[in-house]
Amino acid sequence: MLLASSLLAAQFWYSIPLIVSVSLVYGATRHELWQPILYHAWHTAVWMIVFMGVIFAILYAVSLTV
Amino acid sequence: MPTPEKTAAPLDSLEIDLREPNFAALLAWLWPGLGHMYQRRYAKGVLFMVCILGTYFFGLALGEGKVVYASWNQVERRWQFPLQLGVGLPAAPAVVQSLAVRRGGELPLGKFMAPPKSQEELSHWHNTLNIRFELGTLYTMVAGLLNVLAIWDAFAGPVISEPGGKERGPPSDDDKDKKA
Repeated sequence: MLLASSLLAAQFWYSIPLIVSVSLVYGATRHELWQPILYHAWHTAVWMIVFMGVIFAILYAVSLTV
Repeated sequence: MPTPEKTAAPLDSLEIDLREPNFAALLAWLWPGLGHMYQRRYAKGVLFMVCILGTYFFGLALGEGKVVYASWNQVERRWQFPLQLGVGLPAAPAVVQSLAVRRGGELPLGKFMAPPKSQEELSHWHNTLNIRFELGTLYTMVAGLLNVLAIWDAFAGPVISEPGGKERGPPSDDDKDKKA
């Protein structure tokens, strides 16, 4: 269990650069000025983290029942 | 030839001179951010360059230069490569290597971005790199797809995400006063 948790934690960090990069680029294709780009990027990042968190929670719950 | 007035993308009160949109899109594909530099949209050019190339090269480093290759034969149908090719020139060495393999000649770049010679070699890559092979592939694919968005931005300007084309941002003091 501890090994699985540490493996998961180690792999989790790989998602951070992707989330930052995708959010910024997506925001920049929707706006031209820095303030709205950063605002949009922040909201996109939060949305992605929540979405992935929900998927993770569902899969984790399923894995406990199987 | 379109005039700057015709290609300017209206965005609320902001007008963007897209110059030659087709040429800018070509530059944006060849090197992420270059199309925006040509359009004198330097800040966005730097942002696209850093984010997209950073993602691409990070993925390439994770996979030790083996995750970007062009192959369409019995060993592997590498469907990920067309997506990776979205970053333009940084993925071009894979095309050079693939052509050299087809001609049966010597690989000009050694093993860098060269397709696997056999199923065993591909399995060996997966065994040694483990999850980094998948992550490197994912990063480079996402970089290619992100550049498609950037190419469209260079060609047509930012996609207005709200009706009326208003720039969205944090509520200003005026908005707060109006609500009060």
